[in-house]
Amino acid sequence: MTTKKFMFVNRKAPYGTIYAWEALEVVLIAAAFEQDVSLAFLDDGVFQLKKGHQTKDIGVKAFEKTWGALEDYDVTKLYVAQESLAERGLTADDLAIPVEVLSRAEIGKKMEEQDVLLSF
Amino acid sequence: MAIELNGKSYETDEEGYLLNLGEWNEEVAAYLAQQEGVNMTEQHWEVITFLRDYYNEFQIAPAVRVLTKAIGKKLGPEKGNSQYLYELFPYGPAKQACKIAGLPKPTGCV
Amino acid sequence: MLHIINKSPYDRPALDSALQTGEGGILFTEDGVYAIAKGGAAEAKIKAAQGKFKFYALSADVDARGLTDRVMEGISVVDYGGFVDLVAEYKTNQSWL
Repeated sequence: MTTKKFMFVNRKAPYGTIYAWEALEVVLIAAAFEQDVSLAFLDDGVFQLKKGHQTKDIGVKAFEKTWGALEDYDVTKLYVAQESLAERGLTADDLAIPVEVLSRAEIGKKMEEQDVLLSF
Repeated sequence: MAIELNGKSYETDEEGYLLNLGEWNEEVAAYLAQQEGVNMTEQHWEVITFLRDYYNEFQIAPAVRVLTKAIGKKLGPEKGNSQYLYELFPYGPAKQACKIAGLPKPTGCV
Repeated sequence: MLHIINKSPYDRPALDSALQTGEGGILFTEDGVYAIAKGGAAEAKIKAAQGKFKFYALSADVDARGLTDRVMEGISVVDYGGFVDLVAEYKTNQSWL
């Protein structure tokens, strides 16, 4: 099977819409097919990674736990926009898993390197 | 659809996966295994327990490649290979074992 | 009037629109609750408007988004029962969908 470079560009907050969860499902599917998968988090997408999600009262799955499985799927390239974190009063310490914090411009370069960009 | 077992009813989807994870117990697991033609041994239960623990931790049912690797890490390389898992669950370890474990069909499983 | 805002302040200008309407109560639900996080872009706007508006946030949505320990001062966090009380307390309510 040919391997392609897939980048998932996440720009939506979790829970308010279904986009974030759908993106994660497609990430897992792409990774199960052994594609070269990376994730970029920009704008409200950085909120997906915020730690301490307690979703019991809204009756949906918490994202936080599933991020831990990405490593098993060999998905280790997670890029987070520095500007988006700063605008939201967040730092890398507020996030549930280790990520690479990059400027928007640096993320733009990573996007240029991809075969496929999937936007959520 | 539903399974009726000893006076209890378990809702399933059209492929026979339990709809409510919380209803799972060993009795319904044994029934599901029987429907799949799987003769449950200690080795089978070990994989089922592993899958349920994995789901509790990460909230997803792993794809078969991931399952193989994760089992290898936890239970040793002699179990973390697809030959071993296919011997236990001939119609697809992820698919069959997930059904018996009361989990949804694995993400990425087609 | 009670304003109900369910969209992220980074994504939609609903909070600005609500603040320009005068006075009353503003309840943040769903992605709207990001407005009440300490250190965020909406913090200054909310502080400036605290004389004219009372601010509320729905606890289930605050908790779900990991903001439980980041709620800024002057925000009343309410549960679903409190949500109902607020709707009853104000004469009208406007949802900024």
